[in-house]
Parts: sequence; structure tokens; C-alpha cells
Amino acid sequence: MIHSLFLINCSGDIFLEKHWKSVVSQSVCDYFFEAQEKAVDVENVPPVISTPHHYLISIYRDKIFFVSVIQTEVPPLFVIEFLHRVADTFQVCRRSSNVGDTLPTGQLSNIPWRRAGVKYTNNEAYFDVIEEIDAIIDKSGSTVFAEIQGVIDSCIKLSGMPDLSLSFMNPRLLDDVSFHPCIRFKRWESERVLSFIPPDGNFRLISYRVSSQNLVAIPVYVKHLISFKENSSSGRFDVTIGPKQNMGKTVEGVVMTVHMPKAVLNMNLTATQGSYTFDPVTKVLTWDVGKITPQKLPNLKGIVNLQSGAPKPEENPSLNIQFKIQQLAISGLKVNRLDMYGEKYKPFKGVKYITKAGKFQVRT
Amino acid sequence: MLSLPPVQKLLRPKSVAGSDVAEEVTSPVLATEAGPPTCYSALRADELRPLAAPKDEVAASTGQPPRHDDLKEMLDSNKDSLKLEAMKRIVAMIARGKNASDLFPAVVKNVACKNIEVKKLVYVYLVRYAEEQQDLALLSISTFQRGLKDPNQLIRASALRVLSSIRVPIIVPIMMLAIKEAASDMSPYVRKTAAHAIPKLYSLDSDQKDQLIEVIEKLLADKTTLVAGSVVMAFEEVCPERIDLIHKNYRKLCNLLIDVEEWGQVVIINMLTRYARTQFLSPNQNESLLEESAEKAFYGSEEEDTKDAKAEAASLAKRKPYVMDPDHRLLLRNTKPLLQSRNAAVVMAVAQLYFHLAPKAEVGVIAKALVRLLRSHSEVQYVVLQNVATMSIKRRGMFEPYLKSFYIRSTDPTQIKILKLEVLTNLANETNISTILREFQTYIRSMDKDFVAATIQAIGRCATNIGKVRDTCLNGLVQLLSNRDELVVAESVVVIKKLLQMQPAQHSEIIKHMAKLTDNIQVPMARASILWLIGEYCEHVPKIAPDVLRKMAKSFTNEEDIVKLQVINLAAKLYLTNSKQSKLLTQYVLNLAKYDQNYDIRDRARFIRQLIVPTEKSGALNKYAKKLFLAQKPAPILESSFKDRDHFQLGSLSHLLNAKAVGYQELPDWPDEAPDPSVRNVEVPEWTKCTSREKRKEKVEKPFYSDSEGESGPTESADSEPESDSEESGSSSSSGTSSSSSDEEDEEEEEEEEEGSGEQSEDKEGEEEEEKRKKRKEKGGPWKASPGSVGSEEEEEAEGKKVKKAARPQGKKSHAETSSEEASASESSSSGSDSGTEAPTVVEAKRRKTPSSKAGPKEISLLDLDDFTPPPPQPVPSSSIISTSLVTDLEGLTLTDTSLAPALLSPAFGAVRTYELLHRMAGEGLSVEYCFSRRPFPGDPHMVAVQIQISNNTDAEVKSLRVSEPKLLAGMRIQEFPEIESLAPGDTASVVMGIDFCDSTQTANFQLCTHTRHFYVSIQPPVGELMAPVFMSENEFRKEQGKLTGMSEITEKLTLPEKCRSDHAIVQQVTSAANVGRVPCGADNEYRFAAKTVTSGSLVLITLEWREGAAAQLTVNSEKMVIGTMLVKDIIQALAQ
Repeated sequence: MIHSLFLINCSGDIFLEKHWKSVVSQSVCDYFFEAQEKAVDVENVPPVISTPHHYLISIYRDKIFFVSVIQTEVPPLFVIEFLHRVADTFQVCRRSSNVGDTLPTGQLSNIPWRRAGVKYTNNEAYFDVIEEIDAIIDKSGSTVFAEIQGVIDSCIKLSGMPDLSLSFMNPRLLDDVSFHPCIRFKRWESERVLSFIPPDGNFRLISYRVSSQNLVAIPVYVKHLISFKENSSSGRFDVTIGPKQNMGKTVEGVVMTVHMPKAVLNMNLTATQGSYTFDPVTKVLTWDVGKITPQKLPNLKGIVNLQSGAPKPEENPSLNIQFKIQQLAISGLKVNRLDMYGEKYKPFKGVKYITKAGKFQVRT
Repeated sequence: MLSLPPVQKLLRPKSVAGSDVAEEVTSPVLATEAGPPTCYSALRADELRPLAAPKDEVAASTGQPPRHDDLKEMLDSNKDSLKLEAMKRIVAMIARGKNASDLFPAVVKNVACKNIEVKKLVYVYLVRYAEEQQDLALLSISTFQRGLKDPNQLIRASALRVLSSIRVPIIVPIMMLAIKEAASDMSPYVRKTAAHAIPKLYSLDSDQKDQLIEVIEKLLADKTTLVAGSVVMAFEEVCPERIDLIHKNYRKLCNLLIDVEEWGQVVIINMLTRYARTQFLSPNQNESLLEESAEKAFYGSEEEDTKDAKAEAASLAKRKPYVMDPDHRLLLRNTKPLLQSRNAAVVMAVAQLYFHLAPKAEVGVIAKALVRLLRSHSEVQYVVLQNVATMSIKRRGMFEPYLKSFYIRSTDPTQIKILKLEVLTNLANETNISTILREFQTYIRSMDKDFVAATIQAIGRCATNIGKVRDTCLNGLVQLLSNRDELVVAESVVVIKKLLQMQPAQHSEIIKHMAKLTDNIQVPMARASILWLIGEYCEHVPKIAPDVLRKMAKSFTNEEDIVKLQVINLAAKLYLTNSKQSKLLTQYVLNLAKYDQNYDIRDRARFIRQLIVPTEKSGALNKYAKKLFLAQKPAPILESSFKDRDHFQLGSLSHLLNAKAVGYQELPDWPDEAPDPSVRNVEVPEWTKCTSREKRKEKVEKPFYSDSEGESGPTESADSEPESDSEESGSSSSSGTSSSSSDEEDEEEEEEEEEGSGEQSEDKEGEEEEEKRKKRKEKGGPWKASPGSVGSEEEEEAEGKKVKKAARPQGKKSHAETSSEEASASESSSSGSDSGTEAPTVVEAKRRKTPSSKAGPKEISLLDLDDFTPPPPQPVPSSSIISTSLVTDLEGLTLTDTSLAPALLSPAFGAVRTYELLHRMAGEGLSVEYCFSRRPFPGDPHMVAVQIQISNNTDAEVKSLRVSEPKLLAGMRIQEFPEIESLAPGDTASVVMGIDFCDSTQTANFQLCTHTRHFYVSIQPPVGELMAPVFMSENEFRKEQGKLTGMSEITEKLTLPEKCRSDHAIVQQVTSAANVGRVPCGADNEYRFAAKTVTSGSLVLITLEWREGAAAQLTVNSEKMVIGTMLVKDIIQALAQ
């Protein structure tokens, strides 16, 4: 399937290569560089490139291109998914400082995802229910599209072979679920209980989508006024963010990013809260707002300087909003209980809820 | 243009170094043999030389040799820690692409090192360099051979892995031996490694194919999940054409699938897709049959003589009724849960399997999973969207509910945006086009100009596909012509040109406007488009056209080539239509073109001059010049570049590139006749073969690996026949056997009915019927078992009994039972066994009973009740004069009238339109109809009452009928009907459910569940059913109407047909089209009706004014403008009928 793999950094150096079959010359990457040049943007490099003798399938993660060389027909997603797993592993390796100290043991266990003989003095199981709101809000403030996507990330440090079952108060909320292979599918189908022998350590238990029938609460609103004057080299910019439907919790970690039109030279703004930066090269405005307090709504206001002589931009930029709400799953999903079978000790169990903005975009 | 991935542009072969060219020559061989040619390794070495050489120089110049000496020293030392450190550094060098080949002798010495960490790294080194230094590499072989015998399975496996990876042709025989031995190793892990080694050996020496196939065959029979994926992988690379090797393992693979590791799942699913295409019949062949005959029945009304019906019946009989092979069903059932895999490749694999193999009604399940993948990494999105684009052309309905998931964000990469746009365009239809166009409007203002251009093209495509919005789109595009961005204008021009070609006469204004643009637009393609338009329609703009030519003649020399060609074109056309004004100009342009640098232009000029300017030499063609140039040209068809891409297997690299990739296995077409299904039957496994060790291991594995005890574990049970499988699943069986055989029954019945309705001579028909049944039974024989082998016959009988046992506890004569009894009975006549000889007579008797009991109602209304040809919604029979609301009021009384078909229809169904919810064929014998009873829904006044009529046409009881998993748009609600616990065969039940449609005609989608099956069904209300009548006085009516003017008033003129020119007819047609109440009216020729929408209670007022003759005017007042508009349309349609 995959013939060779090259890792290429942003400046175009091939800094790692691996060949599963015979060696393929690095020069094959030239085709990739050519495509990269043509794409202008890193994110627009086509993931599949056809060259005279090979096919190149690549992914871009953490400023590194993983370019694989393929010789024969293979499902492209197979390769892409694999490359992302490789990238995941790299991430884990980089986080743990002892690179190369221990080589993978490859111990065989009856359960492919869990090694045998795990031992902990403190037995703990943590579950993070993380929900993201994807939304498109139109100019007038009404919701064009909104959806809640969630994941449950787990950190399980339990000795032996624990067999867990996790149940929810309201499992019907989960419309579309994808599972870690450890989960017993039939049990979920019949009882809506997540029953599994967990892998050791951190892993993603499930990802889910909340049924689209439920109306999505949008926790923030944005008032905006962005205008460019005809025949003058300036424009106005005035944005206010306020809380809405946040279930009485604080909206924090608010950041707004805006890709301004190319004709914008600079921006002179005043923020009532937080700080803003404008990068005149990439034309990206970032406003780090922080926490929203309803008493005093954060506002960013000022003048936009345009390139003189250039026509006024036709388009208004979209505002991308990030935020976070602790201790709240916006869908209302609640874990009911966690039971453990197969081991005698009493583990410490913890559940945490977080709501975040996913792809949250306000059109102006 | 729209979605041509940049990849395509790279397809052009590039001239590269000599060695590469050599390889290029051999690659066709690669493609045909699905494996590298024998000269492969020799080429490799060649290829490497130029690579290795410069690196050595680099190494020398940067003074690396001393460091290598240092490493050599470390490797020679006695301390493992030093060796390990040296090896780590060497492996790091390899990973960075640096040459470490000169260390080979020093490293290879350590292959026998006791330290396992060192050993692993030495293996890594060997795999990389053994090919270059084959002689030295041979030194290490004995170590591996020793390793193959090690008691530790991990060491055995790693020895085999390295041995098979070092690509030294001389050791092929050793590898072969090692693989064979490992294939019968006790450890499944080692057997897995053996499977991995097979393609490696094959690529080294393809002459080993036959021997390797033997090993593959052996490993395919392996019962562990660990081996399954790897061996199928080997199968795919070595002998994908040997589909016969799969037969005996098919059911096992299906059952193991859920427990195989993710990557193996992908490979197995893709292979099984191909397998199924060769072994089973198309599940959708019925649909074409159904459509065809329905159409015929519709057109061929009473006048058609019986001959036609006979011929039709014969043609129907010729085609065997479709029965899904239980093995086909098994595959679909066992892959479905994998749609919930976290692995995108697995989800995609299942999705393509369903797309290529599932009955149309079931394909929908994949949409949700595919949409989920759109949240993943952008590369995943890219691939998934390409596949969705292809699917959405064939199965648009599938993705429609997820329309909004394809909305585009400004932060999406351009390539993703363009693919999403493609999908949105494919999904556009009459109902959603306005939403989509609104969305497109925001896209046009994007900063991403490539994306804007693609959006304009998309608008063009929507406009051509949906006539309703053509003018709106055209106007929008014309407005874009004044956009500041030249690219936007240019793209609009190109698209407008295509649109105008459809109806040029009406748009001379736009053509004039475009003519003016030639002064400003510089984009060549746009200029060329404008010129072409003016030339083509010069008669619509007689004054402007010569002037444009004048301007273009002036700038001719500075134009791009495509523009020049169009200038010549324009000149020629003007010369032919308006030679007085343009003769000189044309001469001038042609003269300029004569001396152009581009030979195409010179040729064109010469050609045109000869053609249009009459000279002595010019022949007959000259006379036809006008016809040649100004012929009516067909409007271009703007279609998706993804059309027909599904001839490539979806999810494949070839599909993505839209070109056949090396090693692509063609997806075969369904066979016309199903090959013998008995090839998949497996003998009773011999348990004694298992070593005691293996057994023990599997016992431990079982509870962990599989979540369903026994059924899908990597264990013994996996090998058993599907019959016993269905036994296990008991009452919850949507098991292939029972469901598909009931299919068969149904179709037989349908055929009978079909014939019955079209035939007068019933006796003769009956005889034919008998004959046919006999034939079918004979054919049914080989279905179950190959008639030749006595052994398998016996086995079959045993299976039949098993099924019987399974069915009995259900307490019903289930369908599965009868069919299997029938099967065993047909054999019993040959084998002489007397088991189940009674059964067929019972079945026969029963059969005879069913049609005759149905014959009764058929007599009454032959056309309407025949469910084989679903009648198109018929208008209310004109004989009933009472308004429909009255009918519903009376319904309770007439229900006791037994002279009507007792079970089938309540009178309400006669007066009110009924719609089909589930056809009996799609419903496997269950047929469901619904109608809007127009009574208030008890319990919730905001809901529309939907009366549902469920008939069980199977021979088995249908249990626990209920509604589940409604998919509703925001705000919509469903009040499900109470679960029907059981419905006896032949029985009909009528229930009422309430749906709050939110005053919109959006469909309510839900599942209708029985104890075995789920059917996806949907109800879409006609707008007239979204309201309830209100009674008001004339004055009230006037007052309310006065409030609802302006935007809320919709007026339309119409002509009343002959039939509809009486008071009765008008009132009746209006009340049948909408649930409204009549309001008294003083004027003679005016009719008024009033209603309130069910959800919001908004008033809907209808006024029909009948002027002299046939002319009439319809006015609808409602603050719900959409409802008003649709209602006007519906009423006019009803009146026109």
C-alpha cells in the first residue's frame, strides 16, 4: 500500500523519510513542491497528486507535510487516515520528553488496544464531555445553520482488566455516534449504554452529533457595523459581543478573528476590553476578549485605513468567534453513572463538561 | 472547470532522468499483471546509483567518515549500551535520508546480538540496505532462520518480517519455505506476519504466484480475526481474479468483520463489494420493472385490447422475481454497524458498499455517516466530498436533509469550497432552490475570487436545471456585470452566454448590455463569449452588431487568439446577414487575419473567405454558407463533472482521479443470472484440527473480542451456515431467508393480480399460473442446494428443519417456514425422504385461498385497488357531490357499510386522496397508505391528522408496528400512533397519527418499524391539508380580506374547462384541493372559502370570481405568502383537471 513516507517542514526540507518497500528517491517530492507552489496556500495543496510513476497522498498537520508515495490503487482515505494516526503518534511522542528511550514493546494481549498487566496505585477514570457549537449566523443575526458536535475524551488509569459501562441520563440526544473500537456496539444498540474495556491512558471514547431536531442555544451574540466609504480611504469598524442563552454560566476565552479584505492597510481601533492585533501582511485581525461580563459588554471600535486609490472592498469580512463555557454541555447531555466490573478496587471517577465554539462564523 | 482538481494538470508525463524513463516503459506491464515485472529488482539497483553517488561526495566533503569510524568502534565494543547508542544514531541517519551503507559490515555482525533492543535496530538497518549489499546480507540469513524456530512468537514473527523485507532475490526459496511454515504456525500473530510476507515475496518474484496462492487459500480458511485482514490484503495484491477462493470463506468473513482491526476491515469490505457484484443479482432490477409496468398500465387504458396485457404478463413472467440472496443480506447487515467506526476509511468503505450493493431504499443510511466525516481533517473532507458529489447525482434525496451541512464557511480552503458548491448544486431542486440561491448570494461577495467564479458557474447550472428560477438567475447574473471585479464580470458573461442560448429572443436587452461591455472587459474568454453572442444573435441587435465589429477591427491585432477567432466569426455572420454595412469591415478583418502569427487564425481566415465570399472558383458550398453559420445551435448542457463517475468503485483512488490507477480492479456489472449460491456452503468444520493451545486461546479471546456472544467472534461459530445464524437471532431476524422468501411470495401474488386484472379468460390464466408455479419450484431447487451432491441435500434438509424449529416458537406459520419446507419438499421428491411431504399441500391450499379472498374487492374497483400499479393521485370521483368535509363527517356512519371492501378501504379513502407511504414491494409485503382525514387531531389542535392504513400482505404475522426515529425539521412534531401489537396476515389496520408540519410543506421523515424491519418513509403534505375550515359570515370575510392586501394577496387569472363550469364542480374541486370551508356570498358568480392554518392559525381566504365564459380569477389572501402562492397553484391545477 504505502511505499514510502516523507516528512517535510514548512521551509521545504525533507527531514525524515521511511521506506516500506524499496527506496524511492527524494526527487519524487518535487512534484509535491510544484503543486504546493501552485496552490499558494498550504491548505489548498491537493491531498492526492498524480505523477508519472507514483501517486502522492499527503496531509498537513502542525506545520508539517506528511507525503506518502503510493504505487497502486488504494482507497485514498485509507492512506489519509493512516497518516493522521502517524501524526497523532508524533504529537504524543513530542509531548512525552523521553523520545527514543523506550522502544515500543509490541506486547501481545488478548485485547488489541490494551496491554496486559497494567498497574496503578491510584486508580482513576476521567471523562471530559466536550461539545462544540458549529454555527453560521447571517448578517441580521439569525442562525443559518447550527449544530452541536461533541466528543467524550477519556483518561483512564485503572489496573488490570477493568470492564466499564457508562450510561447517560438522556442518551436519546445522541443522534449520530462514532465509537472507539473498544465499545461493544450491540450493547449500545440495545440499551444505550457504553460498555467497554478501556485502552490504558488517554483516548477518545466517542464522538457524537446532537440530533438536529433540538434547537441549538447560541451563547453569544455579535453586533457589528463594518462599512467602507466610497471614494475615501477609510472605513468604520464597530463590533460588540454579548452573552445570550448561556445558561447562567460565564462565557470566557472569547477570541475574535477576522480576515480583512486585501485593500485594508491598517486599523486604528480601541478595545474596551482585552487586546487586539492586526497583521498588515496577512490582514488578520485578532481580538482577544477574555471573559464576557454582561454589565459591561466588550466593544472594539475605530477606523479602517484603506489603500488609497483602490476601489472600496465589495465584501464584508466574516467574524470567526471562539469561546468556552466551563461546566456546561450545551446540549444538556448528562452522564448518569459509571460502573466497573472485573476488578475489585474502587476507582476514583470524574466527569467534566465543557462547551466551546467550533466553526462559529458570523457573516457581516 | 468547476471541479477539475489541480491533480489532473499534473497528469502530463514529465521527462525525468533516464532510469525513470525506463521504469515508465515497464509500468504498463505493472498494470496488467498487477505485480512488478521480473526485471524489477534490477531496475531498482539502477535507480539507486545516481542517488547514492552524490551523497557519498557530500559525506566525504563534510568529513563524516571519521564519525563513521567512531560508530564502527562503538558497534565493535562489548558493551550493549554503546552498541545501542551507535545503532540509534545510525537509524536516525537513515531516517534523515543520509547514506549509512558503508557501515553494513559493522552492523550486520550484530544481527546475532542478544540484546533485543539492539537487534530490533539492526533489523531496521538490514531492511534498508540489504538490497544494496546482497552478498553481505546473506551472512545474516542463518540468524533469521534460527529466529523462525524460536519458541517466542514475537521473535518468530519479526524474523519472518525481516527475512521477507530484505529483497534479495537469491533467498526466494528460503522465503517461500518460511512463509509456508509460518502459515501453519500455532500463533495467529505469526500467521498474520506470513500473510504480510506474501505480497512482498510476490513483488520480488512473481513466478511464485501459484505456490503463494496455495498459501493464501490456506490462510483464507483461518478463523481468527487477526489473520483475516492481512490475508485478504495478500489476496488482493496477488490474485484478485481468483474470486473462487472466497466462496467458502465468504460467510466467515462477513461474520468476523466487526472484530477485525480497522485497516483490515477496509480491505475486506472493498473486496467483498467486488465479490458481491459477481455473485448476486442487482437488488434494484425490480424497480425498473415496477416503473416500466406502472407506466404501461397508466397509458394503456381501457381501450387497449387484452393482447397487450398478455404480452406484458408474459414479459413479466420471463423475468424471474427478484429475491435477495441471504448471503447478500448478510453482507449488508454485518457491515452496517461499521458506519459508526471512528475510522473515516472504514466508514467510506461501508458507504461505497451500500452505494454499489444495497437496494435503493436502504442506501440512505450512509448519508448521515458521510456527513459526519465532514467534521474531520480537511484532507478527509476533500475525499469524502468528491464521493458525495458523485453520489448526489444519482441519489439526490439521500443528502437533501443534510443540505445545510454543505454550507460554505469563509475559512474553508478553496478546494473544499468548490467541492461543497458542487454538492449544493447537485442537490438543488424546485423546493430548495430559493434557499440555495440566497446562500449563493453571500458566496458571490466572498474575497476568494476562484470561489466566486465557481459560484457563478453553479448559478448557471441551477438556472439550466430548474426552469422556474432561470429568469431570476439571469437577472442576478446581469447585475453582476456591473461588479467591480473583472473576473466576476467575465465569469458572468460566460455563464450568461450559455443561458441566453436557451431563449435568445426574449433577451435582446441583455445582449445589448453585453455589447457595451466590450469596452471594459479585458478577460479574453469573456470578450470571446460576448462576440459570439452578438454574432449568433446579430439579427436581434441589428444596429449594434456592425458597430461592435468596427471597434473590434480596430483592436484586432492586440487581441488574444480566442478573441480573434470570434471576431472573424462575427464578421462572417454579419457579412451573411447584413453585407451592406459590414462588407468592407469583414474584408479588413480577414486581411488582418491573413497575416496573423497564429496559423489557426490564418487558416480560419482563409477558410471563411472561401466560404462566404462568392468567387468563380467557390463551389456549391457558398450557397449554403448562411445555413452553415447561422444554423440553430443546441443550447449547451451544463452538467456536473462528477456525472457518471460512479463507474469507478467509489472511495477508490481511481474514482478520485477520474482515471484508472495502476492495479485498479474493475467493479463488475451485476450478472443477469445469479451464479450457484451453494458454492458458499461450508462443510461441518472439523474441530479436531485445532490444537489444544489454540482452543484455549480462543476461549479467552472470545468475550473480549466480540460483543455479541458467539455470533461474530473469531470463533468456531463463525463458520456455521447463515441458517443457523438466523436461528440465533431468533425473532429479531431480519434474516435473509425469511424476508427474501416473503419477497418472492409477494411478487408471485402480484403477478397473479396483475394478470387477473387484465384478463377476462380466467380459467386459462389459472392454468398458466399453475404451470408457472411448477416451473418456479423446479428452479427453486438448485437455489437451495446443488442437485448433484447428495451430501449437501441432506444438509439442506437438516437446515430446513432447523429453521422450522426456530420458527415454531414464534407460534405462527411464518413465511420462512413455508418457503424452506417447500424447498425441502421439492428435494424430497427426488431423494425419497418423506420429511415435510404434507407441507406443500398446505401451502398450496393456502395460496389458493389468498388470491381468491382478494378477488372479492377487486371486482368492485379494479383499477384503484390493484396495488401492483399504484394509481397516481386521482381526483375525487365526480359522482360524489357532497363536499369532502361532509364526507368525513359521515364517515363514522358509513363505516358499517359492508358492501364495500370490508378491510381494505374506509369510505374516507374513496373521497379523499390517498397516498402511498410504503409500497408492498418495498415493504416486503407490508403496504401502507395514508390520507389526510381532515378531522381535527384529538389531543393537539396544531397537528394535522394523518390516517394511516396498514395492510399485511405477507403470510406471516407482523408484530409491534410502530413509528420511530422521526427526522424532522426544527419545530415540527409528530404524535405517533399507538404501537400495533400484531397484524394478522391479510389484515388491515387503520390508525391516526398527528403531525405538526409548522405550516410548511416540508416532509416528515420517520421510520416505520416492525419486529423485524425498519422502513424509511416520509409524508409530504399538500399545502391544502395544512389548514382547517373556518366558518364566517360574508361581512367578516370582507373585513378580514381588507386586512390582508398588498403582499398578502395573490391573484391569478385562469380559464375554467368545460367540466368545471358549474357551481358544484367548482366547489368540489376547490374543497378537494384544500381543506377549506365555504363562505356564503351574495354575488352570483363568486365563490368564497375560508380556512385557518393548523399550526399558527393564520387566516387563508380564497375568492374565485367567475367572469363570462371560461375566464375566472382566483384570489388568495393570507399572511403566509408561501402558502398562498402554493395554494393558488394547487387550486388552479385542481380546476383545470
